[in-house]
Amino acid sequence: MNVTAKVAGYQIRDVLRSRWLIGHTLFFALVTDALFRFGGGGEKALLSLVNLVLFVIPLVSIVFSTVYLYHAREFIELLLAQPIKRRQVFIGLYAGLTLPISLSFVAAVCVPFLLHRGLATAQPGTFAALLLAGIALTLVFTALAFLIVARTEDRIKGLGLAVALWLLLALLYDGLVLLVVSILADYPMEKPLLALMLANPLDLARVALLLQFDVAALLGYTGAVLQSFFGQSIGVTVTSLALAFWIFAPLFLGMRAFQKKDF
Amino acid sequence: MIEARNVSKSFGNLRVLDDLTLSIKPRRITGLIGPNAAGKTTLAKIVLGLTRADSGTIEIGGTPIGADDAYRSRIGYMPQMARFPENLSARELFEMLTDLRRAAQPADEELIERFNFSGALEKPLRTLSGGTRQKVNAVIAFLFQPDLVILDEPTAGLDPVASGILKDKVLADKAAGKTFLMTSHIMSELDELADDIAFINEGKVAFSGPVAELKRVTRQSNLERAIAEMMKRGAAA
Repeated sequence: MNVTAKVAGYQIRDVLRSRWLIGHTLFFALVTDALFRFGGGGEKALLSLVNLVLFVIPLVSIVFSTVYLYHAREFIELLLAQPIKRRQVFIGLYAGLTLPISLSFVAAVCVPFLLHRGLATAQPGTFAALLLAGIALTLVFTALAFLIVARTEDRIKGLGLAVALWLLLALLYDGLVLLVVSILADYPMEKPLLALMLANPLDLARVALLLQFDVAALLGYTGAVLQSFFGQSIGVTVTSLALAFWIFAPLFLGMRAFQKKDF
Repeated sequence: MIEARNVSKSFGNLRVLDDLTLSIKPRRITGLIGPNAAGKTTLAKIVLGLTRADSGTIEIGGTPIGADDAYRSRIGYMPQMARFPENLSARELFEMLTDLRRAAQPADEELIERFNFSGALEKPLRTLSGGTRQKVNAVIAFLFQPDLVILDEPTAGLDPVASGILKDKVLADKAAGKTFLMTSHIMSELDELADDIAFINEGKVAFSGPVAELKRVTRQSNLERAIAEMMKRGAAA
């Protein structure tokens, strides 16, 4: 087995025993279960889960990863004092964090879903899209956490940045977009809007997900523009590619900073 | 064993190492001393590749560092602060490092036996006391039979028994041919262990040589007074 996989393997063992992760799993399991008990069918439960996935997964991924990495600083030093490459440590740490977080989410949603025979009342494709979006958001926001930690020495500042970034992308962004649109209402806004949507990974995940459902009302302004611009199938491809970019760009920048960093 | 030539390192505006040149002799114990923030830990970290020097070269046993990471398989490192993955046990940590190192030599478990951990090795590391974690830290530095051991304030936090065990180990391993570089604020400890002293002040080497020579130059009979004398002269000059 190669060194990267070994680093990841031991880290997974550590993360799996953390209370944070247990809390994350329980939260999604209980909420999914409750949605079935009180809300009825699978399709409805899925739709309610979408909003939760879009808010909670980015927050948990970015805050948990930031706190974990700052806390693991001395341990990372210990790893780097071994005859292994920094790149191997970096990728091992990333895999070691994203795998348990994604798996805990997938398991927490799947188990109650299957227990309540959710697939009888929901499209399997939509269900798969929800899981994929959750995993993609975990990958994006953990990568952003790695970038923040690699570039910010001060942990309070780093944690502040992580929370501020989440607030911006999850809450403020849509409001800002609407503000811009209403100010510039006299101009053709379709293409600039599309660009604005591609610039926010959360918006991307939301639109990619809601394109799966038949609920145009929830698409929001940017989503509606996307649907009319690309149509459904190309829209999904475009959003997926843009999400992939959002995973690799911060990861690449984070790795570069990590390789130059002084420990 | 270690040849540092013209090494400089700044953190922002702070020049921590300033054109430092130092030679650490093999099969001896070198005590690295100096006032707080003199650059001792930074020098140790540069040798390990944890921190990158702005300029200058470092050779270990004749090979310059920086080209690849394999040279670290010959170094054992005991950092000043020991923090480990909270939820792993010490036993799992040793296994992990052995696994990562693909160690060829059999592990040196002498310290594990002598420290008398009595069950603490199986508990999650976060539940261990500071002193016990420092013992784990010491075990790791010696575990892979390195040629060069770097100890940063090794006895800080250890009780007298554990600290005695560690010192015995250092002396025994030196006799077996290992090289040691250690920082410490406890002068009596260095008086007991060190063969050579490297005194660093403001990023430069103020003195480097055998302990006996330092005492002769400063006309003092113990290390603490000799160092105090060096610092006074440094301030006067």
